[in-house]
Amino acid sequence: MTVLSVRGLSVRFLMPGGRRVAAVTDAHFDAAAGECLALIGESGCGKSVLVSALLGLLPANAQTAGEARLGDLDLLAADERTLARTVRGRRIGLIPQSPAAHLTPVRTIRSQLEETVAALTGVRGRAALRSAAEQAARRAAFPEDHLDRHPHELSGGLAQRAATALALVGDAPLLLADEPTTGLDRDLVDHTVDELRRHVDTAGRALLVITHDLAAAERVADRVAVMYAGRVVELTDADAFFGAPGPRHPYSRGLLRALPDRAFTAIPGMPPELGNLPDGCAFAARCDRAAATCATRPPMTATVACHHPYVPEDSHA
Amino acid sequence: MLELRAITAGYERHAPVVRDFSLTVGPGEVVGLLGPSGCGKSTLARVAALLHRPDSGTLLLDGEPVRHWRHRAARAQRTAFGVVFQQPRLAADPRLRLAHLIAEPLYATGRRSEVPDRVTELASAVGLTPDLLTRRPHEVSDGQLQRACLARALVLRPRWLICDEMTAMLDASTGAALVAVVEAYRSTTGAALLAVGHDRTLLNRWCGRTVHWETSCEVPEAS
Ligand code: SF4
Repeated sequence: MTVLSVRGLSVRFLMPGGRRVAAVTDAHFDAAAGECLALIGESGCGKSVLVSALLGLLPANAQTAGEARLGDLDLLAADERTLARTVRGRRIGLIPQSPAAHLTPVRTIRSQLEETVAALTGVRGRAALRSAAEQAARRAAFPEDHLDRHPHELSGGLAQRAATALALVGDAPLLLADEPTTGLDRDLVDHTVDELRRHVDTAGRALLVITHDLAAAERVADRVAVMYAGRVVELTDADAFFGAPGPRHPYSRGLLRALPDRAFTAIPGMPPELGNLPDGCAFAARCDRAAATCATRPPMTATVACHHPYVPEDSHA
Repeated sequence: MLELRAITAGYERHAPVVRDFSLTVGPGEVVGLLGPSGCGKSTLARVAALLHRPDSGTLLLDGEPVRHWRHRAARAQRTAFGVVFQQPRLAADPRLRLAHLIAEPLYATGRRSEVPDRVTELASAVGLTPDLLTRRPHEVSDGQLQRACLARALVLRPRWLICDEMTAMLDASTGAALVAVVEAYRSTTGAALLAVGHDRTLLNRWCGRTVHWETSCEVPEAS
């Protein structure tokens, strides 16, 4: 069952002097219940703007087009009141990038959980709130004997679980995790994404993970969407992407080749400016498969937007 | 040769985050220091780069003991280090255009005449275009700013490089690109490197020798 359906989502920023920055262009993807989609790409590729668009948190100079349907609601058309009252926390649970910064520093985890339970659910009364908060903590494997601590008294891993517990309170069908593993050690990365995965598998939630960490994406995702210069350039099955036959888009292949346990070689050059994109393929200047055809923009086919994608037979190339 | 002997260091008198730690980086050697975050690795990196005075222990540079740290460190010792940190936004003066940011150590050491050549040379080495050099930090991406920070670390041609989680915030390709810049610099100058990080795969790939940070992690993570 599709939980989130994004169709032709574009975001433009109007800059002083009439300049327009194409932060996200024509994104299409779905996220289904019980499924994790990882949106990967480097900083500045548009993925965090996309998250802000879904949450209705874009700055005033942004213009959006397209649709992002969550059930019967178009997130892009919804007003702030609807988003604040019925969407954020209730229909979308946000797992933030730096939990320590997201938690209120002067209050214990228990009081933050109780407050969120009171705000998002029908639970009323001291004892009921207390037990609902404890239950919320358990769901995120947050240890009960740490509930009376303040955020700064928690390790990075426990702060992450506290933030996850808060995100789960509203029983939202869609979980949105924005760079949930930034700055965490590898063991903690594994642990964090395994817990996110558990909420997908056991509670049937849809999970959209935004990350630049390919190892985390490989561990958690069913499907992968690769963004480059504001566009989704590849959208495919995670096993095929990370394993055999591997990605089909030259940028995706370059990203994987850059990993220290693979070739550890960088893609030459840098991405183009989103305010000054070329007419054709935005990756052409860095692409070793570029040809004359690449001066026109490659349309998105079933899985890839490229004129000369790798085909399974030359996946060793 | 860079020798850390029995270094104890921290920020509060009775709660050192580094205890009795010893490490030697030989001439031209690449040593990785692997450990979880929040356990004092960064403090040790700062001691090694003369940016933080240890509570006790000895730091020897080519056999010469270091007597002063930070701004009081001997200039010849201070300028022998290039340091890159994890978070370029915290390490870069937000008011400076990238060209100036890269050149800052040259201005600070009275070598203004070298600025144009060095900046041009390093910008091309780290992959920054002339247009980016005219921007300020908030006008570039994290990856672009980290490229500038690496160029700044190389501008005085240091003999020792200290990279503290240099690539942790970056995508795989930008990370690999910056490591390649460091390695190209080392292969022409013979500089030694201490790479501090938590990513085992990365350090094993990058470094000839990786030292594990063995102390138990009792210290709360820096916030
Ligand atoms: S469309 Fe052309 S330039 Fe773009 S990625 Fe494909 S082959 Fe490369």
